[in-house]
Amino acid sequence: MTKLTKTRSRYLHCLLISLAVFLFSGAGDPAASFNEIGHQLMCICGCNQILLECNHVGCPDSDGMRNELMAAVSRGDSDSLVEQAFVQKYGPTVLAAPTTTGFDRTAWIVPFVALFLGFFAVVAVVRAWKNRPAPALATGLHPVPSAELDRFRDQARKETDL
Amino acid sequence: MASIGSFALLLALALSLYCFSAGICALALQNQSGGSERLGETARRSGIATFVAVFLAAVVLVICAFQNDFSIAYIFHHSNRDLPGPYKFATLWSGQEGSLLFWSLLLAAYGFVLRLRYKTDPRLFAYASVVLAGVQIFFLLLVNFAANPFGLMQGTIPTEGSGLNPLLQYPEMVIHPPMLYLGYVGFTVPFAFALGALIMKYPGEKWIHITRRWTMVTWGFLTCGIFLGAHWAYSVLGWGGYWGWDPVENASLMPWLTGTAFLHSVMMQEKRGMLKVWNMWLVFATFWLAILGTFLTRSGIISSVHAFAQSSIGDWFAWFLGITLVAFLFFFFKNKSHLRSEHKLESLISRESSFLFNNLLLLLACFTVLWGTWFPKISELVQGNKVTVGAPFYNRVAIPVALLLLILTALGPLLAWRKTSFESLKRNFFWPAVGAVAVALFLMLTPESWGGPFGLKPWNDISYFYSLMAIALAALVTLTVGSEFVRGGRVISRHTGQGMFASMVQLTHRNTRRYGGYIVHFGVVVVVIGLAGGAFNQDKEQEMGYGDQMTIGSYTLICRSYTEEENPNYSSAWAVLDVYKGGKKIDMLTPERRFYHASRQPSTIPFIRSTLSEDLYLVFEGFNQDTGHPILKAHLNPLVMWIWLGVWIILAGTILALVPNAPAPVRVTAPRLVETAAAEPVGAGD
Repeated sequence: MTKLTKTRSRYLHCLLISLAVFLFSGAGDPAASFNEIGHQLMCICGCNQILLECNHVGCPDSDGMRNELMAAVSRGDSDSLVEQAFVQKYGPTVLAAPTTTGFDRTAWIVPFVALFLGFFAVVAVVRAWKNRPAPALATGLHPVPSAELDRFRDQARKETDL
Repeated sequence: MASIGSFALLLALALSLYCFSAGICALALQNQSGGSERLGETARRSGIATFVAVFLAAVVLVICAFQNDFSIAYIFHHSNRDLPGPYKFATLWSGQEGSLLFWSLLLAAYGFVLRLRYKTDPRLFAYASVVLAGVQIFFLLLVNFAANPFGLMQGTIPTEGSGLNPLLQYPEMVIHPPMLYLGYVGFTVPFAFALGALIMKYPGEKWIHITRRWTMVTWGFLTCGIFLGAHWAYSVLGWGGYWGWDPVENASLMPWLTGTAFLHSVMMQEKRGMLKVWNMWLVFATFWLAILGTFLTRSGIISSVHAFAQSSIGDWFAWFLGITLVAFLFFFFKNKSHLRSEHKLESLISRESSFLFNNLLLLLACFTVLWGTWFPKISELVQGNKVTVGAPFYNRVAIPVALLLLILTALGPLLAWRKTSFESLKRNFFWPAVGAVAVALFLMLTPESWGGPFGLKPWNDISYFYSLMAIALAALVTLTVGSEFVRGGRVISRHTGQGMFASMVQLTHRNTRRYGGYIVHFGVVVVVIGLAGGAFNQDKEQEMGYGDQMTIGSYTLICRSYTEEENPNYSSAWAVLDVYKGGKKIDMLTPERRFYHASRQPSTIPFIRSTLSEDLYLVFEGFNQDTGHPILKAHLNPLVMWIWLGVWIILAGTILALVPNAPAPVRVTAPRLVETAAAEPVGAGD
């Protein structure tokens, strides 16, 4: 490996680490954890609201759940431990989004697989259309050479400022 | 009265059955022997008469609501004597049966207009009329046999109704459902034309021109309906948000996304004769998703707070969805060869390829919403337990797609049809890109104390990063769209000697569709800026006795008093709070809590103090059972007003795009050589 490549590689590592820190760094104080986990949980009263956003009049569950969450966060339980405790008590529907394990993982993967497949499909279609031969011209018409067309386009752009 | 309504509905069904069958016979005979114009005319007239009959039924239902006719079960369940007049009118669409009647009415109204305008292209309109009649029959079967709004109460007739759901007693509920339904139902019209054109192997692209306005009007209604729903949720539900990714909300978003994709890709068919098959499928998907949304709302198959009561009506919709799919597939494969188009791209850097990627992203967004909506059901089938797919899922998956779409929205206007040179793209893109980076740096370097997105540190939270990207890309789109107006206006100004503003107005008049579309794009970025503000929301909950104070953001709220009020429909309790900012009193807020007598249900009416920079949103949540003190929740939601402003801009752009182009060409006082070359390209393409 040359010196230049090593330097580049080092820069790349630094960049990746910075990016990872930037993306995955989280606040550690209980209030922030409460807020973060509270937005990953659902109120179970049937209102279909995120736990911290459920405030409908007379909700029988959200206050109790919030108190449980605050108690767990104040004890210093980790995010995953708190979530597991809630799942055990209230069932998997208490989580506001599918987990990243087992079959639930497909919920996250499928849209991105669709994006990549779609992207490559569009690229393939565009390339195929680009490489198609030009349609035959009617008798009496002469094809305009590509360079000439480009010249006309440039002229039009210059003259219209577009 | 109920018997008049029931009779009108039966008559409407008979008329639409006649319209459908006579229409088919007339078209079949026309194909074989070139005759039977009179039969076709009777079919057309019966289609028009269907509207009259359905209209009569709807009028009867509204009259029954105003007359407090509680012998009709529907009126008993959705109205009461003291319900204010506008809500009595809204009873028509407040429940399952009435809303299906309303759907039928709107479909019949669209059919009425279509059949009156048949002279535009009698044969194509005859095919479209038959397809519309087919859909109409389904909805009339529903209101006649599965969900009759004129069903009578059993036993003693009650003297008072159960009342309308308190959440629906809000002015926007008088206009939100009609707008949404006009959107849903309206997509039947482009579908009817598309299927008609496919069945008759319609030559050329004229059907696209005919349906363009229908599609845009429908899209405008659906856009309006969706955002009115969001505003209603924000103003009434009291959770401080406007979009909860509820299945019913998702149901309205899916046809909107495919409809938006169609509005873009249809231009490729008009301009280049491309994507004929794709457009056919997009029109069908949009119509089908609108019906699927209704199926989700009404079948109870997917749980939602918005859903109507569960009933057997879902089976009817499932059958209808199946039948329409089979019918479409049959005609598609039968006449597929007619849709063959000459696909030839000259360059990867062209308007055509940008539309392809635009369609990919819009459809991917639609697929993500569909996938997220159905995943709980799929999970239940596969692993035996339901999971929740809520806002965190959509935020993580849909936001990156939306950001990619914004990039394309910025690039699109800079790309010409057929081919764009890289140099030209670079030249036109450079300054907007510099502007977007400058905006991002400005937001990051300003002090945090300014609030909202200022002093933004994208490394603190992924939602901050998304917000920064969204605002920077919104700036990029604004600058590219603005540069299009300025460059075009400058050319006209130079050649005509007019001022810049007048030139830009003239430019817009010359191609309303193109520049109206740009205004729609600008409206979308204004909405995006409003959505980006969601990352900086704050909230605080507190018990507030007299004189107590609460601080949120730069606001201090001091509780002054509580008051109660009684009216025939509901009793209400108000909190009165003074709002201070920088030590100065700026407003007085009065969040309210109501208790409706007839339905015996409580409801909150938040008080929202809206400014361009932020909303102060105050909810009177109720009283603490132990202390007796009132509980107030305050939300500070930055930039929300931008969402509603953006919608107005979108609607203005849509209306502008519907205006016909200025007929006379611009007089250019330039040298002759330039005159001929310059006249066409300025504002000439979409």
